[in-house]
Amino acid sequence: MGPAVTVEDLVVRHGDTVAVDGVSFTVEAGEVVVLLGPNGAGKTTTVETLQGLRRPDSGSVRVLGLDPVAEHGALVSRLGVMPQRGGVYPGIRPLEALVLFAAYFEDPVDPEELLDRVGLRSVARSTWRQLSGGEQQRLSLALALVGRPEVAFLDEPTSGVDVGGRAVLRSLVADLAGAGAAVLLTTHELDEGERVADRVVIIDRGRVRAEGRPSELRSTGAGAEIRFAASGDVDTAALAAALGAAVTEVSDGEYRVATEATPATVADLTAWLAEHDLVLGDLRAGRSSLEDVFLRLVGEADGGPR
Amino acid sequence: MSTTALAAQTRVELLLTLRRGESVLLTLGIPVLFLAFFSLVEVLPVPEGVDEPVDFLAPGVLALAVMSSAMVSVGIATGFERAYGVLERLGSTPLGRPTLVAAKILSVLAVEALQVVALTLVAVALGWRPGGNPLLALVAVALATSAFAGLGLLMAGTLRGEVTLAAANGIYLVLLLLGGMVFPLDRLPGALEALARIFPAAALSEALGGALASPVQAPAGAWAVLLGWALVAPAVAAWRFRWR
Repeated sequence: MGPAVTVEDLVVRHGDTVAVDGVSFTVEAGEVVVLLGPNGAGKTTTVETLQGLRRPDSGSVRVLGLDPVAEHGALVSRLGVMPQRGGVYPGIRPLEALVLFAAYFEDPVDPEELLDRVGLRSVARSTWRQLSGGEQQRLSLALALVGRPEVAFLDEPTSGVDVGGRAVLRSLVADLAGAGAAVLLTTHELDEGERVADRVVIIDRGRVRAEGRPSELRSTGAGAEIRFAASGDVDTAALAAALGAAVTEVSDGEYRVATEATPATVADLTAWLAEHDLVLGDLRAGRSSLEDVFLRLVGEADGGPR
Repeated sequence: MSTTALAAQTRVELLLTLRRGESVLLTLGIPVLFLAFFSLVEVLPVPEGVDEPVDFLAPGVLALAVMSSAMVSVGIATGFERAYGVLERLGSTPLGRPTLVAAKILSVLAVEALQVVALTLVAVALGWRPGGNPLLALVAVALATSAFAGLGLLMAGTLRGEVTLAAANGIYLVLLLLGGMVFPLDRLPGALEALARIFPAAALSEALGGALASPVQAPAGAWAVLLGWALVAPAVAAWRFRWR
């Protein structure tokens, strides 16, 4: 059996603009793939094409081996979709919505159980429009899961969700993949994408810029580094001379030293800070984060680093 | 079509309709108010040949109730469902469009049944003695439901949510005045009366009035207009409807 989701050289135009420009990737059963990119990158358009809401201008998409437009009827009973803007009746209560969606499917999850699972029992009397953004997202995800989908498309599931809600969403996504579903999740939030993804597909302006496991993507980054934060004025030139490595201030009060984080180097760094009476706020050794990779890739596409 | 899904969808459509206060006011409150007020306070003219206002108003407000449920309530609710992406989301479930439309129809029929019972009780309490052929009246209601729901869905499927809200309410008001429901058609100026008779509101109130009178009358013109709208409006709605 091939991948659960296949996107091949997909091109989708909105009028004169090319929203998706030759995107290819796959999602295997039991895998969480994160489509990561800034707003307007073409993520939602790609997902909408996979749902059968749009036709490809060229290239092809297959979900469970089916054409999402021509074989829509056969696909929907095996699909779970969480649209970006909710798409839930404003006047409906959480349990009513879950019971309704459960009735669409052959072998649904028990709505009561799901209500507890997403932690909405306490707001069971509220209607959709009275729920907070995070509560709406949790209900919306539950509605996508109630039919035990083999493939789930989750469009920006974490936007507007607080820390506690994110943990719930992550555990639901993990369970879904654990049960063998192929999960395609879009986000513009790097941390979130990195946390849930088995694989990340970085997309910008309609094109795939990089693809791989989060660890692989990080290792393609700018190499070894030490990052630290310090309060007070750090003379980067003096520090660079002391350490024998380039030092840059990446943001206000946060610095990057381009060298391997050996115990000796770290000791030199802290000693230098002590000498200059600077308080260390944060110290991190290792490879560049996915964010660096992301910014670099997106920057390159712009014709130069940002 | 899954009966489980149809039953669940119909239940929710009905539940949400009854939960919307403005919808209950429009579909039940206003017709009951008009019926009671204008029966007791004789300020409006009645058509020639009618003695008691309630004999004219009872079929009229039944027609008004059908128009408000099938056109205004369905149109506005569906318009916002489209604007909020509800219809699009349902499109990615196994529900299916035929089941969704069937559930909406069943829900409207259930609300209309409530309206007919409530309005008939109030009218009888006010001295209405309906005669004629109730079955013929039900046929008129069924045709009108098709016509008005078609118009409501045409607006919902082609206009923005807020525009549908405004348009449905605007058309409701115009057809209320030109529909022979509370204000007799024969008191309108000639040209306006001719115009009014083209629309399904006047056709419905005339068909209903005739069906519930003794002896029964079946004005051919009104029935022909009603049948025409009942066929054309849903067909155009199905043709022009955009789901997103």
